Amino acid sequence: MNAPVKHDPARSSYYLGDDLYQEIVDGYADWQNDALLVEDRNVTAHFERLLYREARLLDRGLYEEWLKVFAPEFVYWVPGTADGGDPRREIAVTFDDRRRTEDRIFRFRTGYAWSQSPPSRTVHLIGNVEVFRTARERVMMVRSNFSISEFWSGATRTLTGSYGHRFIEIGGQWLIRCKRVDLIECDQCLRNPSIVL
Amino acid sequence: MLEKVPGPRLEMPPTYDWDDLVQADRVHRTLYTDPNIFALEMTHIFGGTWVYLAHESQIPNNNDFVTAKLGLRPLIVTRDANGKIRALYNRCTHRGTTLCRWDKGNTKSFQCPYHGWNFLNTGQLRGVPWPDGYTADIRDPKFNLAQLERVESYRGFIFGTLNPDMPPLIEWLGPITKPIDDWLDRNPGGKVVVCEANRLKYKGNWKLAYDNSSDGYHVIYSHRSLIETENRFNDPTGKEKGMAFYKGSPDKLEMYVAYTGNGHHFKDKRPNIEKRAGGLWAIESLHPGMEYYAEKLRKRLGPRADAALDLAGSEPVNINVFPNLSLLGNHIQVFEPVSVSETNAVWYGTRVEDDGTWDQETIDDINALRMRTQEGFPNLGEVDDITNFEQIQVGLGCLEDEWVYMNRGFGMPERFRTDEQGVIYGPATDEVFMREYIKEWKRLMQADPNLIVRRDP
Repeated sequence: MNAPVKHDPARSSYYLGDDLYQEIVDGYADWQNDALLVEDRNVTAHFERLLYREARLLDRGLYEEWLKVFAPEFVYWVPGTADGGDPRREIAVTFDDRRRTEDRIFRFRTGYAWSQSPPSRTVHLIGNVEVFRTARERVMMVRSNFSISEFWSGATRTLTGSYGHRFIEIGGQWLIRCKRVDLIECDQCLRNPSIVL
Repeated sequence: MLEKVPGPRLEMPPTYDWDDLVQADRVHRTLYTDPNIFALEMTHIFGGTWVYLAHESQIPNNNDFVTAKLGLRPLIVTRDANGKIRALYNRCTHRGTTLCRWDKGNTKSFQCPYHGWNFLNTGQLRGVPWPDGYTADIRDPKFNLAQLERVESYRGFIFGTLNPDMPPLIEWLGPITKPIDDWLDRNPGGKVVVCEANRLKYKGNWKLAYDNSSDGYHVIYSHRSLIETENRFNDPTGKEKGMAFYKGSPDKLEMYVAYTGNGHHFKDKRPNIEKRAGGLWAIESLHPGMEYYAEKLRKRLGPRADAALDLAGSEPVNINVFPNLSLLGNHIQVFEPVSVSETNAVWYGTRVEDDGTWDQETIDDINALRMRTQEGFPNLGEVDDITNFEQIQVGLGCLEDEWVYMNRGFGMPERFRTDEQGVIYGPATDEVFMREYIKEWKRLMQADPNLIVRRDP
């Protein structure tokens, strides 16, 4: 996982293959385990700050800065079922690699993304942050609950659920390897699901 | 013996001059905005003709079920203990409670959560608590669940109707079966399995989605952001990706739209694709994991990899079966009317199954890629369309501005040809399919269908 990047993940997607799918499927199985809970306030406060910062960058639409909180090779995953399912065999609401995430941002800025023109305004609220160790020293899992208020097309709606951030330490920095977004309405029809959650 | 009962009737059927509301080149705004017209559609269209209900791969085993809708009627589509597919009304015959509140599962019987009436998945009432409290014979078939009089499948696609006078499903589908067959037979065994869905909804009438389903005119503008995104890395001499072939003069290309009768139509972009294994994959836009799996498949399969990759590519045909089914790319899209101004559009994903042509690892690789190619359009394309549908619904609030046009190509017979089966072919951006399907809509709205439900003894 710490091998040097062979290809530019902003341009090509050689990294999303069998190994990463397996890492993600395994990484999100049985991770919310009390025995693995990190009690050290210094550690938990650090990850809380990272989540708050990510939320702030999203709410301000500072997507270039936002992309920097992710590992070069990352996945942004919004499952379409309550148990997450197996993304190799089941459609997700979204299962994006870096390039597709950058596609999404590029699309917003073309001026022709009608679903975001005018754009949504959002407020991300994050709470119940818990940090879990994993079998790998340089990988931490962070669970949090979120409530996103989205103002769009003259009305405000709420999107709610929990995040599972898989962080990886690279060069002394904790970066997001996978951001999983479990919407409580993940298997229901969604109106204009075009923002980054 | 079947016991037939009268179908539902509106208390005060409004009278409309359908010939005034549906004209040769335009329709009245009320088709999209009038709650009374919507109420009539729920019997005349969603009841009076064949309606898509579910896919057989969702209920592969006996006693499997999924819940579904026939218009606004909640249904349980189940394969009973003998393997027969039934579409039961999800409505207790006692007090009207829905019996089943789960999306899917496996059960031989459904017990009402309110008073405990228990029904077999054939619809038969098996028992009620304290039956000695009734003078009525609870074995009377009138207490069995209502179910659709007719349920038929075409190659896995399950349809139902309340209209006993409908022709057999295959006859009603007619020439639209050809592109459906092609869609299935890309995988030599023709087997696809539904695997969850991209589920969308919008605040607009259901026909706005059906109007859009073969519309080649909107692509270059409604999806401009997607087409620009799909081609953001192209060098100017390279092959353009995705739907970029709509740029320039799309009506001069070989792609076409075809109206096949009974409200069905398809838009065929396959003539734009190079006719070779790998031709479809060559224009596929950029998707998560595509380089990894393409490289892996080429290493393992050599030249056969091209055909495997085409199975992960998005089939360039939009096949639309009136009133609520659309095969788009690799999705099975179902339109579900919720109210006159609310619609669910559920894009069921499909994966391919091993039929002996490939090995399991190849199938797994194709599917890992095929999941990601399917997620692209709902995320980056359809959101713009449904936003435009919502904004049509807003615009149609202008009461005095009455007409909605579908007149592209109208009065230009040189743009069309009709074959011996009566299929009408036109250029890809033509609105001929709208003008034709809305005639079928009008015919059904003017008809007085003899709707029935069935209760098996």
